[in-house]
Amino acid sequence: MNLALQKSELPAPRIGVIRRLWDHGDGSYRFFLVVASLLLIGLVMAIGYELWQNSALSRHAFGWKFLTTSDWDPAIENKFGALPFILGTLMTSILALIVAIPLSIGTAIFLAELAPDWLRQPLGFLVELLAAVPSVIYGLWGLFVFIPVFVRPAAQFLNREFGFLPLFAGPIFGPSRFAAGILLAIMVFPTIAAVSRDVLRAIPNSQREAALAMGATQWEMISQILLPYGGSGLLGAIILGLGRALGETIAVTMVIGNNLDLSISLLHPGYTMASVIANEFTEATSDLYLQALIEIGLILFAITLVINFIARLLIWRLARQTKGEAHL
Amino acid sequence: MLMTSQVSFLINKKHEKNDEKTLKMKIENLSVYYRNFRAIEMVNLPIYAQSITAIIGPSGCGKSTLLRALNRMNDLVPGARTEGQVFLDGMPIYVPNVDVVEIRRRIGMVFQRPNPFPKSIYDNVAYGPRLLGIHSRAKLDEIVERSLLAAALWDEVNDKLDQSGLSLSGGQQQRLCIARAIAIQPEVILMDEPASALDPIATLKIEELMGALKKAYTIVIVTHNMQQAARVSDYTAMMMLSDQAERSGTVIEFGETEQIFLNPKDKRTEDYVTGRFG
Repeated sequence: MNLALQKSELPAPRIGVIRRLWDHGDGSYRFFLVVASLLLIGLVMAIGYELWQNSALSRHAFGWKFLTTSDWDPAIENKFGALPFILGTLMTSILALIVAIPLSIGTAIFLAELAPDWLRQPLGFLVELLAAVPSVIYGLWGLFVFIPVFVRPAAQFLNREFGFLPLFAGPIFGPSRFAAGILLAIMVFPTIAAVSRDVLRAIPNSQREAALAMGATQWEMISQILLPYGGSGLLGAIILGLGRALGETIAVTMVIGNNLDLSISLLHPGYTMASVIANEFTEATSDLYLQALIEIGLILFAITLVINFIARLLIWRLARQTKGEAHL
Repeated sequence: MLMTSQVSFLINKKHEKNDEKTLKMKIENLSVYYRNFRAIEMVNLPIYAQSITAIIGPSGCGKSTLLRALNRMNDLVPGARTEGQVFLDGMPIYVPNVDVVEIRRRIGMVFQRPNPFPKSIYDNVAYGPRLLGIHSRAKLDEIVERSLLAAALWDEVNDKLDQSGLSLSGGQQQRLCIARAIAIQPEVILMDEPASALDPIATLKIEELMGALKKAYTIVIVTHNMQQAARVSDYTAMMMLSDQAERSGTVIEFGETEQIFLNPKDKRTEDYVTGRFG
C-alpha cells in the first residue's frame, strides 16, 4: 500500500483552539447540553415563582393559618383552609407506600433473583405494562370494579375488627381515603418494582458469589447483602413511587369521594390537594378562590420538593457508606 | 530462561509438606457442561490435606470451572450440569440430599477480584460467624482479630475496623476476603487466581500468606502464573484442552510440583512450563 498517498488525502492539521473545538462538535454539543440543563433549572424556578406570585391574595389573607384551618367556604364566608387536602394527600400516599413497598420489593426480588428464565421476561414486561396504563383507566376500574368487589368488604372487615381505632371509624362509604390509598398502591407498585428490579440486577455477581461461598442461604444473601447494597437505589425507586402517589390526580379524584371530611378515618371519603385543584378550578369565580387553589398547588409543589430533597440526602448518605460501588 | 528461574525457586523451597499424604478431597470422572458445551471432561484428581495444590494451564481450559465444581458454585450458573463425583473426606458432594450450604461452609473460596461487602472491615469478617449464629460481641471480636491476624492484615487495619472494606487497597481487600473466608474455619480454601488483579508486592504477601495458611488448611489455587505455582504449591495439576474440536479441558498431568516443573512426563506439560507453548 502506498502510505504516503493515503496520508496526503487526509486534511492537514490546523492550529487554533477555538476552531478545533467547534469542528469536532465538542463545543456545539456542550453548548446544547448547558442550554438544556439551564432551561430545566429555569423551568422549576419559573413554576415556583408563578405559584408564589399568583397566590399572593390568599397568602396575605390567611397567612400560615391556611395550612392549619379547615374552612373551605367559597360561597358565603369566603374563607379557605387547606388542612383537609393536605391530610388527604398525606394519608393516601402513606397508605399507598405501606402497601406497595413490600409487594413491589418482593416482586423485584422475585424477578431479579428467583424467577426462572422463561418467566422473567414476560413477567417483567407485564410489570412495565402496568406502569404505562393511563391513570384514568385505573380510576374507572377502581370506581366500578375495585370499590364494590374489594374496598367495601375490606372496609367492613376493618371497621368490625378495628373500629375502636379512630383510623378505622365508621360509617363505611365505598369511595374513601382507603379506596384511594389502595388504588394508589396498585398504581405505584409497578413503578417501584420495575426500578427496584433494575437496581438488583445491577449489583455485581461477585457480591452474590461472595455471600454464597460463605455458606449463606439464598435468603440470607438477598436480605443481608443485596438489599443493603442496593439500598440507595431502592430508596430512589420508592421516592419515585411516592412522587407519583402525591401528584396523582384523576384516579384519586374518581375514588376518594371528594368530601371535606375532618376525621382521620381511612374509611371516610376525603379530598386531596391534586383533586381539589382539578375539581374546582373551573368554578373558582372569585380571585381569592382561584388564588387559594393556586396556593394549594404551591403547597403540593413545596411538599414534593422537600420530600425529594430529603430523599437525596438519604441516598447520598447511603451511597457514601457503599463508597465507590453503587452509583445507581 | 524461564526454566532456570523456576528451578531456583524449587531448590530454595522448604519441604514443609506432610510426608504422609492424607486425601482431603477426591475428584472422580468429573465433567461439567454449560448447556450443550462440555467445559471439562473426565477429570480425576486427588487433593491432599494441609498442602497447596495448584491448577495451571492455558486460558479457557476449564481451570476455574474445575475449582468452582469443588464447592458447587457452578450450581449458580444457569444451564450448568455436572457428571461424575467429588468427595470431601470420603463423602460424595454431588448427591441429591447433600446440604450445599454446609458444603460451602466447609469449603471456602477466594475470588479473582477482591469482592468485599460494602460494609465495615469488622462486619466483613464477622459476616460468616454471624451466619453461623454467633452474636456475642466478645466472641466476634476474638474471631475478627484472629482471622485478620491469620490473613496478615491485622497490623494494617486494627485501628480502623469500622471503616468500609472498600476503603482498603486492592491487596488489602484481597487479604480481607481471605480473612473473611477463614473466619468460619473452613477445611478447604479454594483460590481462583487470587493475585492476578494485584501488584507484585501485594502478590508476594498473598503468596506468603498461603504458605502460612496451609499448616491449618487445605488450599487449591488456580493460577496463570507459573512461577507462582512453582513458588507456592506442593502439587500441581496441568490442565489442557483434550480435544481441539470439542474444546473440553481436562487434567493431563498431576504430580508433585517439583516433578511437574523439573521432570514433566507429558510433552505438552513440558512445553507449557518451559514457555514453549503456543
